[in-house]
Amino acid sequence: MNTNKNLSVVINGLVKENPTFVQLLGMCPTLAVTTSLKNGLGMGLSAAAVLTASNVLISLLRKLIPSKVRIAAYIVIIAAFVTLVQMSLNAFFPDLASQLGIFIPLIVVNCIILARAEAFASKNDVLSSALDGIGTGLGFTAALCIISTVREFFGFGTIWGISIYADKIAPIAIVTMPPGGFIVLGLLIALINYIAAKRKGDKAS
Amino acid sequence: MKQAFAIVLSAILTQNFVLVKFLGICPFLGVSKKTETAAGMGMAVTFVMAIASMITYATNHFLLVPLHLEYLQTIAFILIIAGLVQFVEMFVQKSMPSLYNALGIYLPLITTNCAVLGVALLNVQNEYNFIYSLLYGTCAALGFSLAIFLFAGIRELINEKDIPKPFQGFPIALVTAGLMAIAFMGFSGFSI
Repeated sequence: MNTNKNLSVVINGLVKENPTFVQLLGMCPTLAVTTSLKNGLGMGLSAAAVLTASNVLISLLRKLIPSKVRIAAYIVIIAAFVTLVQMSLNAFFPDLASQLGIFIPLIVVNCIILARAEAFASKNDVLSSALDGIGTGLGFTAALCIISTVREFFGFGTIWGISIYADKIAPIAIVTMPPGGFIVLGLLIALINYIAAKRKGDKAS
Repeated sequence: MKQAFAIVLSAILTQNFVLVKFLGICPFLGVSKKTETAAGMGMAVTFVMAIASMITYATNHFLLVPLHLEYLQTIAFILIIAGLVQFVEMFVQKSMPSLYNALGIYLPLITTNCAVLGVALLNVQNEYNFIYSLLYGTCAALGFSLAIFLFAGIRELINEKDIPKPFQGFPIALVTAGLMAIAFMGFSGFSI
């Protein structure tokens, strides 16, 4: 029973309430860094790490933080973890850090993290908050990986930097440029809406 | 002077914060259903970004750099912005109640607008001095306002049209933004 509940918390964040495709939160990094799978995965895992750590700490402190200053307190906690992640990326993955650039410190203002702190971690115990952080973080990572794979495949003709057709046919460069980000995400969400509507129709009939 | 001109032009058009740099997408998509609210949001963001540029520059230049605490930039800047937004909210509420009512919930949300923190960090990264920081902050915010206002105008028209069901809501808005971004790419032909 208990493990079932824990699993459902993770699955919920990963699929049902996917932060990117369903809740449409955290759009800035979603569009900006998904030009290649490496960047998308790096960004997703960094945000997931911050999300899980801040969820745990906020859940631990939920009875101590006065509700009037809670948002400010959450932001300080999140910013502290973001600084840690930023320093570790600079130390261990300098290439990735320079690719992601300003969007690493901007994880602080990623609405997903503040939303989970306010909606989940401030009301639940440590274990389920940690699982919620992992589930939502992985949901965000998965969404970034899907978008960045599509954009890298069509825009560079590669996946994970390995050439698929780049030397034979010229790739569609605009897909990796800013307009491509908006359009690819729009088409993907439309596709998901279509599949969801179709599955609902099948169940009903 | 030449650099100042380059900053103005690139912040508003060629490196538009929303459509090229992907900063401030959340309010761009969330608060763009009506042109009036979009214009109000643009004004509030411009005000906050201009002041935030000045204060974060001063904090970084006179406090963090002399004490070698650059790694605290993110935390310090977000606290300044959160405090500033709170202050602006109280100020607007007291002195311009009609504007306060029009902006409603969008005022406190400016704290989590990544364009504001983004401009503070970019000012440091580009090593702008005080005047250029203020100029860049203001013009980037004007670029944001321009984009959100145009976008709201297009969305008002789109909502009256018959859109295929899977595209209703956000997907069509994202595709619209993509087409606007293509239009803005045309400006990058300017070389300064």
